[in-house]
Amino acid sequence: MSQSDLPALTVADLQSRLRRKEVSPREVIESLRARIEKVEPKIDAYLSIDFEAALKEADTADVDLPLGGVPIAIKDIINVKGQPCTCGSKILANYRSPYDATVIQKLRAAGAIPLGKTNMDEFAMGSSTENSSVKVSRNPWDLSRVPGGSSGGSAAAVAADAAFAALGTDTGGSIRQPASLSGLVGLKPSYGRVSRFGVTAFASSLDQVGPLTKTVRDSALIMNAMAGRDPQDSTSLPDPVPDYTKNLGRDLKGIRLGVPKEYRVEGIDPQVSSAVNSAIKQLESLGAEIVDVSLPNTDYGIAAYYFLATAEASANLARFDGVRYGYRAKNPKDLLDHYGRTREEGFGAEVKRRIILGTYVLSSGYYDAYYVRAQKVRVLIRQDFVKAFEKVDAIISPTSPEPAFKLGERTADPLAMYLADIFTNTGNLAGICGISVPCGFAKVNGSQLPIGLQILGKALDEARIFQIAHAYEQSTDWHKARPTL
Amino acid sequence: MAKTSDLDVGYVSKLARLNLSDEETQLFQKQLADVLQYAEKLREVDVSHVEAAAHAVPMFNVFREDKPRDWFTAEEALANAPQKANQLFIVTKVVE
Repeated sequence: MSQSDLPALTVADLQSRLRRKEVSPREVIESLRARIEKVEPKIDAYLSIDFEAALKEADTADVDLPLGGVPIAIKDIINVKGQPCTCGSKILANYRSPYDATVIQKLRAAGAIPLGKTNMDEFAMGSSTENSSVKVSRNPWDLSRVPGGSSGGSAAAVAADAAFAALGTDTGGSIRQPASLSGLVGLKPSYGRVSRFGVTAFASSLDQVGPLTKTVRDSALIMNAMAGRDPQDSTSLPDPVPDYTKNLGRDLKGIRLGVPKEYRVEGIDPQVSSAVNSAIKQLESLGAEIVDVSLPNTDYGIAAYYFLATAEASANLARFDGVRYGYRAKNPKDLLDHYGRTREEGFGAEVKRRIILGTYVLSSGYYDAYYVRAQKVRVLIRQDFVKAFEKVDAIISPTSPEPAFKLGERTADPLAMYLADIFTNTGNLAGICGISVPCGFAKVNGSQLPIGLQILGKALDEARIFQIAHAYEQSTDWHKARPTL
Repeated sequence: MAKTSDLDVGYVSKLARLNLSDEETQLFQKQLADVLQYAEKLREVDVSHVEAAAHAVPMFNVFREDKPRDWFTAEEALANAPQKANQLFIVTKVVE
């Protein structure tokens, strides 16, 4: 294999070649650098890349560790010591992380090398990565379209073989939706499965870190390194972490999969419906039993989500006050002017919009009517899932109602952008896990656009959805297709 | 639930310590009215028997040992300060 072919490898293949000393960690970084230099001008996936730091780590990498010598791209909302962490925002343009997030410590302990910080919607608010204050990333399958968001830089990088794998964060679909639009595997772990320490908070009760990868096995390998209790995050769960690769290769006999009738809504692209229906038949042919289930409160998900997520965001983003770090407005005449202008000049439009909505739903006189009511609806949505999971092992749906849309097509209408999350954000509200796997292509104006299948599992049942996703993936060729760049 | 027309973006921006231009105020007023209109559907849900939950996974009384450990030095804590001097943050004047 020539060096220029290396970046197309999966994490699992790359690691075994490293372990067998067929290639050195330094050669891996060099080959990735060449690939990034070639495709980055087309996709704009990265906000910063420190090859020198990565090469230094490569020289001391222990290839016998589970991820030894494997470079992994990191969404620019996760702190990597010594690197920028802009969250796609002007307010953090000059920020450098003084510490590693727990997930980075854990990846390093497993031998991985963080390489490159990826573009994102500002503070993870968006579904297209167009809300980045820095630049717009493009979908490697069609450069006139979005890669999805908010982890769009991570998705574009992996889809273009400009990263072997990447980390993203998912508050309402921000890993699964870009994975779907970019033809990748994206996992949102159960709430509390992965530490959030060192990950800039958007909505603390919904955020989770997870991998974007080329295959289900790679996703499981990264979760093996990343999951588990962290004393620095009181919401991380103490439950033991299983070997997530243990179910890979097991068949689907006896597995019951639910198809919610509420997910057959208007507005789903017919090519998406048809691909997902074929996937359901394929799962059935692999031995799974398909069962009708009902999630009656699905229709309230988006509304509840946008009240809760913006309320939490308005509180979390209060820390950006221009005092201890980040941008500060010049020559403030008093403290209110300092706060008001620092935040006006530092935040972009979508972040401002959400701070306003969140502040409103938490304000006196509206708190019970909006925020508390949304919390109660959240309980009902969670109960829907608990009930459905009494009958089935997992729930199947499209990840996104449509394939990748055109750059600029949605930016003027925030509500239309919010509706991109209809199949994903109830999973965050309920705290369960979900994975998106490639399940076909839509043909749109001569472009081939990936379609994703979402598999939702019970809280802490990641091993089960990996099993189902892997069995499906291995019975199809979708994951082998790559965009030409 | 309150009427959507109750939202006064100008007033809320003051609560949020977030200055907005006149154009932004007008634009958000319209866009957020649309979002609130869409969210009216939450009113249909009978939540009379439901207790509110802030988290999907209820965890209570999470403790860790209270003992000193190494953490940031003063230099590290100040590394990103917009203005600093003598190992201190310089802040905008608070008291007249």
